[in-house]
Amino acid sequence: MNVQRKPGPSAVRNESGLEIKPVYTADDVVASRLAEPEGGDGIGLPGEYPFTRGIHPLMYRKQPWTMRQYTGFGNAEDTNRRFKYLIATGNTGLNVAFDLPTQCGLDSDDKMALGEVGRVGMAIDTLKDMEIAFDGIDIEKITVSLTINGSAAILIAMYLATAEKRGFDPKKLRGTAQNDILKEFVGRGTWIFPVEPSIRLVADTIEYCAREAPLYSPVSVCGYHIRESGANPAEEMAYAFAIAKAYIDLVLKRGLKIDEFAYRLSFNFNIFGQLFEQVCKFRAGRRHWAKIVKEDYGATDPRSMWLRMIAGGGGSGLTIEQPENNIVRGAYYALISALSGAQTVALCCYDEAYTIPSEYAQRVSLRTMQILVEEMGLTETVDPLAGSYYVETMTNEMEREIARIMADVERRGGIVSMIANGELQAHVSRQAYLHQQRLESGEFRKVGVNCHRVEEGAPKVEMHPFKSEDTERQVRRLNEVRASRDAGAVAAALAAVSEAARSRRNTMPAIVEAVKSYATVGEITRALEQVFGRYQEPTRF
Amino acid sequence: MAGKKVRILVAKPGLDGHDVGAKVVVRALVDAGFEVIYTGLRQEPERIAVAALEEGVDVIALSILSGSHIPICQRLKELLVRHGIQDRLWIVGGNIPAEDRPKLRALGVDGVFPTGSKLADIVAFIKERVHERAA
Repeated sequence: MNVQRKPGPSAVRNESGLEIKPVYTADDVVASRLAEPEGGDGIGLPGEYPFTRGIHPLMYRKQPWTMRQYTGFGNAEDTNRRFKYLIATGNTGLNVAFDLPTQCGLDSDDKMALGEVGRVGMAIDTLKDMEIAFDGIDIEKITVSLTINGSAAILIAMYLATAEKRGFDPKKLRGTAQNDILKEFVGRGTWIFPVEPSIRLVADTIEYCAREAPLYSPVSVCGYHIRESGANPAEEMAYAFAIAKAYIDLVLKRGLKIDEFAYRLSFNFNIFGQLFEQVCKFRAGRRHWAKIVKEDYGATDPRSMWLRMIAGGGGSGLTIEQPENNIVRGAYYALISALSGAQTVALCCYDEAYTIPSEYAQRVSLRTMQILVEEMGLTETVDPLAGSYYVETMTNEMEREIARIMADVERRGGIVSMIANGELQAHVSRQAYLHQQRLESGEFRKVGVNCHRVEEGAPKVEMHPFKSEDTERQVRRLNEVRASRDAGAVAAALAAVSEAARSRRNTMPAIVEAVKSYATVGEITRALEQVFGRYQEPTRF
Repeated sequence: MAGKKVRILVAKPGLDGHDVGAKVVVRALVDAGFEVIYTGLRQEPERIAVAALEEGVDVIALSILSGSHIPICQRLKELLVRHGIQDRLWIVGGNIPAEDRPKLRALGVDGVFPTGSKLADIVAFIKERVHERAA
């Protein structure tokens, strides 16, 4: 038996804990193979079930990955200017960063927003801000991804309303919202409501978009942040799939069929770590997800089985020490994404441990991807690592590990319960602590951190200029909108939001109406909170 | 202070949800023998000051990665003075640019531990400074 589950003390393992042998042969590929429900070797062809090699037959030969750098800061005008800069330099998509008050459902003049307005992203209070943010941008050509979760239902409604006002047909509108609230309870932390109503809102958006904006991706399920919080690569996939299944189960209960919405679910995964482990993670994940959707849910439309993903970021792999080294890391991470068949890539910029990325740093990240596409010959053939003894064996072993972790989650009562009682958070955070200990002991090697160090002066990064008047500027606009809108219509729309929340009906139509009346993010959040209450964080260790 | 464990409040002020570091530090402090109270996310300065007072902590440790450390620490400073607990050891960790460190020190922050700091250094700092104060 070539698949060793219990390696000896001198075994070399990847981050997911799987043993790496010094040499692989064809025997390892055969011995590690999983039972394939449809027969075959589990490798197959790109564009064909189980999609190990890619979801499209021609992949990058037909179209390179979408380059979608993450950006947003200050107010809507500031961000609109940066959007236009990114598009002018060759970004083919936008990935929007919102400030923390917007993400937490607070208006810019809320007491809790102290010091946070426009800081880590763009401040949005009303539809007015959204209109300004996308002014002059052809959102049919440039697809937009909204990195928003706790308040996602409101921001999706604003985005759809903006598109409609601009004359775009919602039935043709593409784009993505992150809208994965379950992972927010594990990492990232922009939850608002308790777990149950939070996932109901996710189901509301999926159901609403399936009917009203069928090409829009209302959820991007994120292994990304769970990995950043301490999970290993196999856990990253397994937890993301468990979360995606939780959303699917809720939507199925609403009476939709799997093929009516599964094809619009997308995923967001991380790319830092060891190159081959990452590539195998993606190949294994693609195959395993296809099996879940086909075998467990009975999907018949192949598109429902596709693991469509943004594979990007890599923030936790970057270092504050010798920040220029992060440019090199970014290039390897982008290579991982390209070898893994990602649909979309966004790279963390080399200065991100210090600041909101400068235009210069954004351009370096974009050029990194463009060099891969234009110069490196990565787009000519699909899944070039297929057939490697090592890659196929490790793909098999990663899939087995993902399945094992998912079964373990089921045994522990399911992902929703593990998140609600804090068990998953405690597990992931324990791993982050162990990792930090290994980093400090030098067992886990990190260049510039615990080896190959230099005495550094001031870092060569350009700090983002924060203006103290950002908050006042944003609050001024908020007050202008409040003064100019029809107060009676706003009050009625907000009452309708609370009423929809209290009923078992989908809340989205009422939220869309409220948004169109220029109700604020804070007002709509409070209208929901009156019914849903607020999340109380379990702090288990 | 023999026989009495040093008590530390670890708090996440503001809206920042990045709690990987705070939770890692909590575990390191517990393993080092301290008694630790962790507030969880999204704490207003008012609640942090009251918690520090009511829990009778010796150390107040904040973790802030959103960049809003200056306004948050200014507000907390006023509250610590109002509650008469400005003498507690106060440390701040997170994404703190070098040029902001003197500003935090001027507000009364005793130790700043930017991203990348070692757990052992945080533990050693607290042990030494709490001991000095008790002496």
